[in-house]
Amino acid sequence: MATPRDPVVARVRGLAAAALAVLGLVTLAACGGSGGSGAQSITLYNGQHVQTAQNLVAAFEAATGISVSIRSNDEGALADQIATEGSHSPADVVLTENSPPLESLQAKGLLAKVKPATRARTPARFSSPQGEWVGVSARVSVLIYNPAVIPASQLPTEVRQLADPQYRGKLAIAPQEADFQPIVTSFLHAYGKPATLSWLKGIEANASGHVYSDNETVANQVNRGAVAFGIVNQYYWWRMRAEIGASSIHSKIAYFAPGDPGYVIDVSGAAVLKSSAHQAAAQKFLAFLVSRQGQEIIADPSKSISYEYPIASGVTTQAPETPFSQLRPYPITIAELGDGSTAIALMREAGLL
Amino acid sequence: MTTSQTLRRPGPSSPGQAPAARPAVRARRTRLPVALTAAGFAVAAVLMLPLVFLLIEARGAGAAAVTDLIFRRLTADLLWNTVRLTVVVTALCAVIGTAAAWCVERTNLPGRRVWAVLVVVPLAIPDFVVSFGWASLWTWVQGFRGAVVVMTLAVYPLVYLPVAASLRAADPGQEEVARSLGVGRVRTFVRVTLAQARGAILGGCLLVALVLLAEYGAFEILGYQTFTTEIFTEFSVSFSVPAACALSLVLVALSLLVLAGEGMLRGGGRVSRSGPLAPRQMPPQRLGRATLPVLAGFGLLTALALGVPVGASIYWMAERSSHAILGVSLASAALHTAGYAASAGALATLAALPIALLAIRYTGRVRYFLERSTYLVLAMPGVVIAFALAYFSERYGSGLLYQSAPLLVICYSIMFFPLALVGVKASLARAPVSLDEMARSLGQRRLAVLWRVTLRLAGPGLVAAFCLVFLSVVTELTATLLLIPTGVQTLATQFWAYEQNLAYGQAAPFALVMIAVAALPSYVLGRFFDRSAHPDG
Repeated sequence: MATPRDPVVARVRGLAAAALAVLGLVTLAACGGSGGSGAQSITLYNGQHVQTAQNLVAAFEAATGISVSIRSNDEGALADQIATEGSHSPADVVLTENSPPLESLQAKGLLAKVKPATRARTPARFSSPQGEWVGVSARVSVLIYNPAVIPASQLPTEVRQLADPQYRGKLAIAPQEADFQPIVTSFLHAYGKPATLSWLKGIEANASGHVYSDNETVANQVNRGAVAFGIVNQYYWWRMRAEIGASSIHSKIAYFAPGDPGYVIDVSGAAVLKSSAHQAAAQKFLAFLVSRQGQEIIADPSKSISYEYPIASGVTTQAPETPFSQLRPYPITIAELGDGSTAIALMREAGLL
Repeated sequence: MTTSQTLRRPGPSSPGQAPAARPAVRARRTRLPVALTAAGFAVAAVLMLPLVFLLIEARGAGAAAVTDLIFRRLTADLLWNTVRLTVVVTALCAVIGTAAAWCVERTNLPGRRVWAVLVVVPLAIPDFVVSFGWASLWTWVQGFRGAVVVMTLAVYPLVYLPVAASLRAADPGQEEVARSLGVGRVRTFVRVTLAQARGAILGGCLLVALVLLAEYGAFEILGYQTFTTEIFTEFSVSFSVPAACALSLVLVALSLLVLAGEGMLRGGGRVSRSGPLAPRQMPPQRLGRATLPVLAGFGLLTALALGVPVGASIYWMAERSSHAILGVSLASAALHTAGYAASAGALATLAALPIALLAIRYTGRVRYFLERSTYLVLAMPGVVIAFALAYFSERYGSGLLYQSAPLLVICYSIMFFPLALVGVKASLARAPVSLDEMARSLGQRRLAVLWRVTLRLAGPGLVAAFCLVFLSVVTELTATLLLIPTGVQTLATQFWAYEQNLAYGQAAPFALVMIAVAALPSYVLGRFFDRSAHPDG
């Protein structure tokens, strides 16, 4: 019979011991991470692009001595996570790419009021009217097209035309992305429910085969000519250009007609959680995001790698894109954009979600 | 891996087999040991937590909202997408996995030792890396076609492994008898060989089908919509956990169908074999003129399943990328990944022991449903299981262990439990009950018997179970993002962060290290299943 010296028994035993040891080490490492010295530290739930958040956090840590742990994930998943965590949420601050997740958390009563001085840094129309989150940066919706596949003269100039049968098989969209539903909400605001529904059905038919799960894919597919044009926010094109190099860019961007409902500003914002035990430090982080220093990081693509528009403290972008002040978006407010639930219901009905 | 099923059914058709085989494989109904049963129920109860969470949340959403969500137009499309993909990929995996296993195990294929490892390694490549590799090379790799190609190449080893093991362990005498009676090569293969491997093929197909139901990363990149991608949409667009949970219940229903189907197909089979302690070396079938085409086939399979993703990773790395993410080194991410994967592998294997012992050694309805119920988690998206643990930790533990390494390891262990179970069952099936009885009659205590006899025989198989879980954890992303300790990165989360930003050049090294970290367990797996019928070496 087997003795404890048996090589196989020894191997199983060794494996178990090794696994236990590793588990112990990992646990220790985890505890060591969260323990910390006397220095103040906060946790940031980050739905923004990782590099952008990291650069902002590094500057904030250097300026204040408060350390920030970053937890990055899809912004929707983070909003769900905070809702599930409830009063025990480890998060102090949440930073998202779009306003709907923040509006949804606000509606669930999970956010604290942002300090008035912080809110005053950002134009009121880019922050929550209830004052529970502050706008940090902005983007604008555009068409990205491949001139080798479709000439600029044949592009739609109004978002309504996206449903025209002439664009069948030519349109790419990412309806699951948070950037698409504000356009639907805006359309809804301009034309009403029945028109929106039939428009969405037209889009569903036109985009068949080119419905992607994210904007990067839309930009990529248009750039390589797999599809004629798509709807994205302007900075996806700029980021793609920075990443793959101007020589690999075979696509261009085009704007909708001034004031068209497809011409929408999306706002990225931040909020402090009501459950946070570090209210003061968390508010400091928000204040930093909209401060001149924070906004200048966003304004400089070599630092933020984001090509988003700074919107606070009077800072303007350093990227070679259309200046923010020259944009002519459809006049819809943040509150009217809301959490997008009506748009989502209609998109479901049209079969886009 | 699922040779247990073939082992448990001694049939009437081979009267001359070794007498030791019968008592060794007979299952009994009597005397369920209390401790074992309690442990089994405890494990099964933990594995039911995600389902309980789904029911609680779906109930919270309200009946009207749930019916609205489920009975809408898109559901029909999702159902069609999910079902046709599952059927086609499972069938392809069954063919490729079985053919590859037969060639490696039963023929004089040149270099079969090397192939035995190479065909397993694709299991170690994350599906999102595979699909990325393909999608970045060819535009046509998208939608249904893309999903079929990518998923088939990513998961066929789940069929290959159990089939290879069962072909090795199966009684070669029957093939010899069939051939000597003048039955042709092809008919022998169909009537005898396939029949012998039937349980293993079905078991592998079951895993493939369940894994497909829960797949997300690959389909996200390929733009293919299934129930699981839709569940992620619910999470990310409508901030609605209840809605996502209601949809997940559809997945649970689908996986019940898959389980029932597999159970029915399996039920009709009658397979016999000689005793597990008397494996016989058989002369390999000569491939003859087929050698070159078969070699070409293996070369093609390896090139597609291994070459494309690895090649694409190296290509991206060569393309210089400009932006760095601060602070996380490749080494730290690799160390954490390996640590979590090893812990989860050990925990899942340990937890699978009582369920596997009950499944192998005893019969009965309760035992049967206990074991089958544990397969359900494999079809649930990782993010759902992670949310379930977050929910219970917050609701009943004041956030206890939340976002700590132990809870993450528990989450992984739940997610990949069925893989461990399959491995453990396969190995325990090789440890005959008669030896236990002999040991007990010699005065050994029950625990001592378990330790000294059963585990000794099952040891290498336990290592295989460990490796299967290890591989899966290394490539896991969505649950990791939710439950990993804040500030810690794994190879997968870091790859994701770069990939999200189109920084493929920087993502690529993480993909390659992921493959490297997973290569060793793949090698061990390949060797184990290759050797499994040769206890003497």
